[in-house]
Order: sequence, then structure tokens, then C-alpha cells
Amino acid sequence: MNTLQKVRFVGKPLVFLLCLLPAALVVGDAFAITGQLSANPVEDILDRFGNWAIRLIMITLAVTPLRQITGWNWLTRFRRMLGLFTFFYALMHFLTWLLLDRGLAVDPAFQWAAILEDLTERPFITIGFAALLLLMAMAVTSTNGMRRRMRRAWDKLHYSVYAVGVLGVWHYWWQVKKDTSDAWVYAVILALLLGYRTWKKVRH
Amino acid sequence: MLIKIPADICPSEITSEQNYLNRRDFIRAGSIAGASVLAGTAFGAVVPEGERAKLPDVGKSAFSTIEAPNSYEDVTTYNNYYEFGTGKEDPYRNAGQFEPRPWSITVDGHAEKTGTFHFEDFMKPFDLEERIYRMRCVEAWSMVIPWVGISLADVVKHFQPTSSAKYVAFETLNDPVRMPGQRRRVLEWPYKEGLTIAEATNPLAILAVGVYGETLPNQNGAPIRLVVPWKYGFKGIKGIVRISFTEKQPPVSWNIAAANEYGFYANVNPEVDHPRWSQASERAIGGGLFAPRKPTRMFNGYGEQVAHLYDGLDLRKNF
Repeated sequence: MNTLQKVRFVGKPLVFLLCLLPAALVVGDAFAITGQLSANPVEDILDRFGNWAIRLIMITLAVTPLRQITGWNWLTRFRRMLGLFTFFYALMHFLTWLLLDRGLAVDPAFQWAAILEDLTERPFITIGFAALLLLMAMAVTSTNGMRRRMRRAWDKLHYSVYAVGVLGVWHYWWQVKKDTSDAWVYAVILALLLGYRTWKKVRH
Repeated sequence: MLIKIPADICPSEITSEQNYLNRRDFIRAGSIAGASVLAGTAFGAVVPEGERAKLPDVGKSAFSTIEAPNSYEDVTTYNNYYEFGTGKEDPYRNAGQFEPRPWSITVDGHAEKTGTFHFEDFMKPFDLEERIYRMRCVEAWSMVIPWVGISLADVVKHFQPTSSAKYVAFETLNDPVRMPGQRRRVLEWPYKEGLTIAEATNPLAILAVGVYGETLPNQNGAPIRLVVPWKYGFKGIKGIVRISFTEKQPPVSWNIAAANEYGFYANVNPEVDHPRWSQASERAIGGGLFAPRKPTRMFNGYGEQVAHLYDGLDLRKNF
């Protein structure tokens, strides 16, 4: 097997399964198979999907610097899958919030007005939602065909992955009650990833 | 005043403790030595997990809600007690080794009787009562908890505050060795809280020393904590070592940390949102995955007993 075949037949299936694992564990815990959810299961699920969305955007943004430093060009081949999984976890996070926490699926008294108020008057929710919309736009244009048809516009749209990183960490930071230590970790990683790119650009 | 008759059923009959005990069994692992010396007394030394001491002579109270309490597991594994970590399960995980003995409480400030008292002596004059209260956290979740405690009004009267005493201030133990969460300055240590004298002498306010008829677990604030059910949970200061009668409004921890988000009063109020999130509704812990949120009530539903304390006060400004 050459490198491309290894990526295709071994690497990608493996990464795919790894990326699914956190979601599988949430489901497993919800049915008390792999563990159990906390006393506040809705919050638990919400946090776990959200955390993995942030981790995956960091991993996605790490692909290019890692490729440039190591010279392993095949790393690029994982970028789309990682980006799509970022979108998947962000979407699950959003749906948990909408359907279970705010209660669209479970509350007979559910009102769209309350959701609209949250989306427009709670800035941390607004920026989280903005990040989700950007991810969605990138996800639906992620096929080879779309990339070909959109030409330069595709590159422009997909540069918003940086904005998603910033909005994601900001969204996380802003909802923390007081202990921002985890948010700091993400902010530092993001600063390194974006800083590396800026440094590269300035040097050229 | 409308007084609801509490349900004639002991909370421990409602909820199984088996899950909780099973989970604790392997953690306990032989840390029991020497703890049984005082186990016969009401506030024995360290109470080994799984052998928690039943509190004697606990009276019932007309102030108890008839709502079904949360399970022992909910009450003892989902806590905010930053002295043992900022995660909800951190206190449960990290407070196991904490020994709330020997313990003393200093009473000082504008009162006739002041001094430092052994916890057991401090407790002697007061009667234990079960109070099943709703607890509404500022993070918009809630529980129903069967506390055992003493009337704070009785405590205040006992120490005979002078006419200069306008407030009662409380302080938590400051001991980073025993409270690992204090090694990081997430909040200014020690944790501080305060009430007006009128609030402290309202019959709803208690100092809790137990839950479910047994001594208070460490993660819930052993050996003694404040419970003021019409206020957000963070007013319920845990591990109290000092009670001061003051003339001026005492500084309180969350207000020091973020004055625009947490006021001195911190009364539950669905109409005054937290700057970052809504306080109009709450998630009742124990409802599982598919329970809708429920509307939050003014003063957490205790308006009849406490609303008069705030006559003429702008609750939007004094949040």
C-alpha cells in the first residue's frame, strides 16, 4: 500500500471511528451502558457535545501547521472529515439545547419567542449560533463539486474556519460562571494556531 | 399566613440510597479507623461514609414543602462548593477526606454574648427540625432538599445582638490544606456571606447540620451551613467558622467576584435576569432527559413568608 492508500483504507476509517467515539459514549452513558450521565443529564450532554466541537475545531486548525512542520502532506486529507465532525458536534450541541434544554421536543409550553430572545439577547448564545451557521455553510459546500464550482469564493468562505475558532472559544469563555481555566487552555491553543499562521505570512 | 401541612412520610422512604452507597463502597476503602469513638453522640467525630449518623430528636416543620425531595445521590453528587473544586461533581469526589472535626465557631461583633465555641457546645441550646425546602441555584437549576437544621432566628436571639447590629456576616473555614479548591484563587478566600438582621430572623432561615435525617455530608457543607430558601443557592455558605454581627453591610464573595452579576440580596427573581442568562425558568434536577424546564417563582415560591422584608426596596437595583 502506498501512502494514499493507507490514508484512504486505514487512516480515514480509523479517524472516523475515533471522532464518533465521544458521541457513542454520550449515547452509551444515556442508556447507562458505558457509564452514567450526571444528576443534570441535559447539561451533561450539552457540555460534552460542545466541548468536543471546540476540541475538534482546534484539531482541524492544527492540521495545516502540523503538515508544514513535519512535511507529512497526507495530513491534509483528514481536514475535511475533521471539519465535518466539528460541525456534527456543534449541531448536536445546538439540537440538545433546542430540543431538550429549551424543550422544543419535550415542553408543551415551548415558545419560539423565548428561543428568539435567547439567540438575540444572550450574546454568548448569539456568537455560538453564528459559529454554527458558518460551520453549516462550510459543511454544505464541502464536496469536491462545490469546491470546483465556487472557485475563489470557496476559499473565501472556508477561511471563516478561523472565525469559527475564535467565536467558539469566545462562546465557551462567556458562559463560564467563574472558573475560566479550561477556557484559557483553549484560548492559548487557538492563539498558538492562529499565531503560527500569522508568523508564516509575515515572514513571506 | 398559609401554612402547608407537610406530607406524613419520611423522605428516606421515598428515595433509594442504594445507588449512592454502592458508588461510595469502593472509594471508602478502609478509611474508617478510629472514627467510631464519638459515634454515639449526635455530632460524632468523622462520620464514615456508609455509616452516617442518624440525627436524634428531629422535629417536623410546617415550613416544609410537600414536593418530593431529590434523591440522596442528586443532593450529594451535584454541588457547588468551590473549596473542593469548581466542577459539579468535584465536591463529591474531593471532600471525602475532609474531617469536619474538631470544629469551632467564633461569634463576634455587636452582640452581648460573643466568643469561640466548640461545635457541640454551639449546638446545645437549639432544637433540630427537618425542613424540606426548594433550592434554586443562580445557574438556573433547582432541587428539593430535606435539610435538618436549627432556626437561625433562635441562634441570633441566643447571642443577643445589640441595637447596632444591622447585619449578620458568615465566613467559611480558610484552610487550603484541607480544602484543595482554595489553592486556586477562583474566589477570594475565605468565602463570605451575609444577611440583614430581618432576613436572619425570618423563620425560614436555618443553619443546616444534616440532610435526610443524617449528619451533613462534607460536600454539602459539613458540619454546618446556611440555608435561605428564597435566595439563590450561593447565599447558603458552607463550613461556617465565624458569625459576626455588623453595623455595615458585609462584603459577600460572589458580589466581590462580579458585582454586576451577583448582588448582596440575591433573592430568587424570575423578572431580573442574570446579565448573561435568563432566570425566568429552571431545570429541576431529577427530572431526567425529557422533562421540560419549569417556571421560576418569585422568592422561589416563599413570597408569603418573606416578601414583606423587601417592601419599598427596588428589587431590580437591589438584586
